[in-house]
Order: sequence, then C-alpha cells, then structure tokens
Amino acid sequence: MTIDISQFVQAFLDESFEGLDLMEVELLREQALDSEQVNAIFRAAHSIKGSAGTFGFAAVSEFTHGAETLLDEVRDGKREMTAEIRGLMLEAVDRIREMLLAARAGGAHHAAGGPATAARIETMLASAHGCPDDKSQPAQRTAVATEPAAPIPTDASTDAPDTRPWEIVFVPEPALLRSGNDPMRIFSWLGELGDLTVECVTRTLPPLGALAPEDCQLQWRLALPGTVDEAAIREAFEWVEDQCSLTLGRVGDAAAAQPDEVPATAPAHTPAPQSAGTAERPVGSNGAPVERRADAASIRVATEKVDTLVNMVGELVITQAMINTIGHSADELDARAVDHLRQGLALLERNTRELQEAVLSVRMLPINFVFSRFPRVVRDLSTQLGKRVNLKIIGEDTELDKGLIEKLVDPLTHLVRNAIDHGIESPERRRAAGKPETGTLVLRAGHEGGNILIEITDDGAGLNRERILEKARSQGMPVPEQPSDRDIWQLIFAPGFSTAETVTDVSGRGVGMDVVRRNIEAVNGRLDIDSKPGEGTRLTVRLPLTLAILDGMSVRVGEEVYILPLTAILESLKPTPDQLHSVSGRGRVVRLRGDYIPLVPLHHVFNVPATYERPEDGIVVVVESSEDRAALFVDELIAQHQVVIKSLETNYRKVPGVSGATIMGDGRVAMILDVDSLTRLQDTVH
Amino acid sequence: MATILAVDDSASLRQMVVFTLKEAGYDVMEAADGAAGLEAAKSKAADLVISDINMPNMDGITLVRELRGLPDYKFTPILLLTTESSDEKKQEGKAAGATGWLVKPFDPEKLMSTIKRVLG
Repeated sequence: MTIDISQFVQAFLDESFEGLDLMEVELLREQALDSEQVNAIFRAAHSIKGSAGTFGFAAVSEFTHGAETLLDEVRDGKREMTAEIRGLMLEAVDRIREMLLAARAGGAHHAAGGPATAARIETMLASAHGCPDDKSQPAQRTAVATEPAAPIPTDASTDAPDTRPWEIVFVPEPALLRSGNDPMRIFSWLGELGDLTVECVTRTLPPLGALAPEDCQLQWRLALPGTVDEAAIREAFEWVEDQCSLTLGRVGDAAAAQPDEVPATAPAHTPAPQSAGTAERPVGSNGAPVERRADAASIRVATEKVDTLVNMVGELVITQAMINTIGHSADELDARAVDHLRQGLALLERNTRELQEAVLSVRMLPINFVFSRFPRVVRDLSTQLGKRVNLKIIGEDTELDKGLIEKLVDPLTHLVRNAIDHGIESPERRRAAGKPETGTLVLRAGHEGGNILIEITDDGAGLNRERILEKARSQGMPVPEQPSDRDIWQLIFAPGFSTAETVTDVSGRGVGMDVVRRNIEAVNGRLDIDSKPGEGTRLTVRLPLTLAILDGMSVRVGEEVYILPLTAILESLKPTPDQLHSVSGRGRVVRLRGDYIPLVPLHHVFNVPATYERPEDGIVVVVESSEDRAALFVDELIAQHQVVIKSLETNYRKVPGVSGATIMGDGRVAMILDVDSLTRLQDTVH
Repeated sequence: MATILAVDDSASLRQMVVFTLKEAGYDVMEAADGAAGLEAAKSKAADLVISDINMPNMDGITLVRELRGLPDYKFTPILLLTTESSDEKKQEGKAAGATGWLVKPFDPEKLMSTIKRVLG
C-alpha cells in the first residue's frame, strides 16, 4: 500500500502557521510566562518539528530542533525564559515561517537568515544554564539516540561472518502482558526474519492453583538461522527488553544459558525515575488556565466544501422565496389551505434562516486571526521609531467571514502602522503636550446592527487640518470653500496623498489611504475617520457580516427589478416638483434640506423603458457612496430582502453600475447595483 | 476489523495516520488530546491505541497510565509516537505501561509495519 503524503502537506502548513502564531502571541506577553504558557510554546515547536520531518521538510525539522531543545530546557526549569531567549525564539518563529512560506510557494524551504539564527540558538544552548539545577544531567542535544547497552556480550571476535544458528532464551517477567506486549506477536515477527523454532519451557510453571492468568509465567527457547541480522532480532525485543531477561547467542557459545537456570527475576518493574521538573502539569483549580479556543473546539474544513454548502443554502433561500411568492398570490386556494400553506412557509423560512446562519458560521473566524499579528507589528514598529505604544485589543472573538478576514489583513495592517507612524507622537513630544509618554492604540471589534465594526483608535496628535489643506492645495487637489472636518478627512483618501514630513520606510511611500479605502470598499465595507487635534484619531471600518449575502432593497424600473444594498441607502422620498431643479452642466438635481443631490434616473443608466418619466411620479432613493451622494430615480420600491450574491463577472462580464446579480423569488434575475460606480456614472448620462 | 484509536494534537499527522489506517481497512477513532482520547477509549474499546506524547490537556504518558487502569485496556497494545532524541520518553512511556513506540518522523509504510507488529 502506498500513500501519497503530499495530500497532508496543506494541513501541515495550516497547523504550523497556527502554531507559529500561538508561539508569537505567548512570547510577546508582557508578563512572565507561566509553565502552561511555556508548555504551549514548546508543544507548538515540538509539533512543527515532528510533522515537518514526516512531511518531507527536513530543513524545517532540523532548524526547529534547536529551538525546541532550548524551550525544553526552559520547560524543565533548567533555564529561565529571559528576554534574550524570548527575542531569539521570536526570531526563530520568523525563520520557520519564512521556510514554510517558501515551501508553500513551492520553493526550497530555506530562510535567508536561517543559519545565523540557528548559530545564535546553538550559542545559547552551549552557554551555561540560566539557573542552577544540580540534578539535571547535561541537556541531551544530540539527535542520535544512544542504543541501550546490550545486556549480553556479543561475539565480536570473529572476522568472517558468523553463520552459526542463533539461540535465544526469552524469560519474560510476569507483568509483560500488562504492557500490551504479547510473546506470540514477538515470535510471529521473528518468524518473518527466518525459519523460527519455538520451544516453550513449562517447567517453571507453578502448580495449577497458583496460576495467575494475567501473569506471563512461561519461558521460551527460540532458534533462528545464523544468517539473520542480530540487530533485527534485538529490534523484535526492543519494546520488552526492560521486562524480560533475554539471552541471545550463537549455538555453542557459553552465553546461551539454560532457560530454567535463568532467574525469573528480570529487572524489577521499577517506575522510571520521575524527573523533578516534570511533575504533574498544573491543572487549574479555581485559577484554571483559560482554554485556548483553538485547541480542541475547532475543526478544519476545506474552503471549497464550505463554499459548496454556502451555495446550496443560497439555492435553498431562493427556492423558499419562490414558494413564498406562490403562497402569497394563491388566492384560488380555499382560505384554510392557504393558511396551512402559509404556516408551512413560515416554518420553512425559519428553518432556512437557521440553516443559513449555521452554515455561514462555519465560514466565520474570530477576528483575532488578524488582530493577533498586531502585538508584533506594534512592538517592532514602535521600537524602530523610538515610540512607546501600549496596544489594547478588545473584542478579538468577534467573528467574521473567512474571506473578509483575509482581505482585511493588508488594510488593517496599514492603518495600524499609520497610527503608530503618523498618529502617536514621540515620548518627548507627548510629554511636552502633557500626555503620558506611552501612547495607547486601541483595536476594537464588535457588532453594530448587521455590520461588523472595527475601530482603530490612537491617542496621538490627531489629523492636522492646516497641513492637510496645505498639502492638498500644493498637490493641486480641488478643495472646497470653508471645508468641514469631514471634507478635509476625505482629502487624505485621494490617490498619492501623504502628509508625512519625512518619508519613513514605514509608511508614506505613496501606497496611501486611497488603496486602503479601495480594499475595504471592495468587500462592501466603509472606512470613516474621526479626529481631534491633540487628542487622537479614530478610524472606523464597517463591514458586512459575510460576502455571500446582502441586505438589499428591491426597486422597480419599468419591467426590471434592481437591488440596492441597504447600507448605501440614506432615505427614499417622493419629490415635489419644487424640489427638482436643472443645473446647467450638471443635469438635474434634487434639493433636499438645502443640499443639491444629482438626480440619476436608473432607466437612463440602463437604457430600459420606465413607467414614469417624471421623478415626481415615481420615487427617488438617496444613496451614498464613499465619495458622493446620488438620488436614484426609480418607479417604485418593492421590498427589503436578503439576497444571495451571484458574481456577474464569473458568469458574464463586468457591467458598469452593477456589482452582481441575484435570483428573485419569482425566478427572475435582478441586478445588484454598485452605488459607487452609479454616483460616478451620473456625469456621463444625460 | 480491528478498531484503532489515534490520538495526536497535530491535525496533519493525525490525518495521515487516520487516512493510512482507514485505507488499510481498520476502523479508526481519533482524538486531538489525551483527555479526548481517554473519553473516546471509554466510549468504545479499541484494539490498539496510538498516541502522541506532547499534547495539551493530557499528555500521552498520562493517557497510557489512565488507560491501563481501565479493565478494557489492561492488555491492549498502546504505541507512543516519540521523536528520535527522546530515549528518556520511551522509558517513561514504558514505565507508564506503553507497549512500544513509533519514532517520528515516520511514513505510512513504517506505520503499517509497526501496526502489524502489534495487531498481527
């Protein structure tokens, strides 16, 4: 039977990256590590080493061995977890991660700094232990196991291969069976090595009344051909050598004793000396260590399988909607039947929703998957910039869609780096401003209605109105008269905008807030800024719970139905004729509480016949994109629903003004409108 | 066919072990740590237990000791997965009542030959 182990490599990589993340989190703790934390770090390293070897990443295994050995010494109390060791272990984590990333990319699994880090670990290992422990033997650092000394002298004097037959006397101690070993299995193993003769010695058996069925009270004399390798024979007894007396010799050797003369007092079954450091693991009594949620309560599911499930449920939602439509329009049925049908439908709706939620939750991951990298980012960056930053993480258990999490990593990292680079001041400047020298950066995640809210708040200098304005003007960007704060914060989202006085290698290299915002909007999210000079800045990211389902409002234009994302809708109104104005060069606008909002007739955008030509006959829906607002003119509002998003690009091609499609309850396809591109399109349709 | 209980906190190694054993036709139970392993062992008597040593919640050595205390597992073969350098662990495992060990890294062939050694 051959098994292709490459199929497990993905699982190995996933779990190793998780292990590395865990090591990093523990190593970055501010407090001293307790034994369970050190144990967790050790186990992660140990696991990576063991699995890496198995799955063909010998270099990773070898590299990790050094780190594991060092951690083992810490675990056994032979060393203290000094800041230096923590730093070294963090470095090792980085190297292992680099190796595995290289391996995942299909390259050779090597890290450039690997040998240097390995050398530092070796030096550390060679150095005297951090704390005195007389009982500890010199740490066993060799990877080679020392063969247990053979109890029997071997015939080493012969030059020519000795082919005299083997003679084996095997006297198990009574408890042998209770270790799960079975002499018969050893014999059948030996039988595969060569022609085996087994002779049972029953003379030592006690009288029937004294027979203990759970004890092994027999002895055996075995013979094997002389051509059989001695090591192979010893291997067969490897597991029981501490539980028997074994005599192995060539026929004619004096060593081959008579079985009944061998005292049946093989090494007493003494428990191996308990090493002082490995007493029972502290099991939390009342101060029980908090279970790491990733340990036992998680499963690993292939993303494709989950995607299939999500799609299936999507279909189910559509079917349910379809039946619902029939139910509501089936007036021909008698009242009672209709009533029943509706009851059933109500049930179906509830079940469907529950199933949908359950299935979606499989895709959900705690946001800690992103947040957990930030202690490291903050530590590295603040050290590099000479700033003091205290990072607080709140709500790291908030769950969101796996797909979203992956897309959040870059934008959030950018925002965090920005907050440290541009937001939080140097200790001197903070002191001068009467603030504590250590700045505080708060990452908070939570729910707000159907959205996930992520806030990045710093207590730094805040955004500088004047500097932003100045910079915007000098870059020739359009700046409104008497700009509000909100207008000004919008400016920093312009491509290429940077106010950093010095271009550090941290930020300010032109990959700016515009990219961050685009990334967030690409997942239907929104990025808002709030800032007070001298007090700090808060960036708020609002995200939908999932990428697969959208809360939408269906609107009708003639025969067509379109879906508007609910999050984009500000209000809907039936305009009066005096609210509608024509502005030269900008088409028509709707005046709303003093604001003029461009009117976008949807039937013009999509070139379809509408029921109403005059906005005052239909309805306008005021929508807001990140950049602008628009009043969409439609015939009527239909209803609010959750729709399953089907990609248009996958099934057709990208269409301006449309972000996707969905299937309505009556089986028709409805386009989901892309409000951002609609507000931009307004200039081109008239 | 014999039932084998595989206990390992490493999902990838467990996957490999479980997959290999299932391919070979064994019934396989799996658990991610010693405590879960002990529960699984109690729920259904296994003919063989293969367990990692270093695991959260309950390590492999303790698991062996616990299992040997159960009437169903007095004589059941229990193999520990160990790394080549841990001779000390082998002895500690034996003292706790383990049958034998399987040295990491191992491949499916090595696993099967070791299983044959205890299940015949």
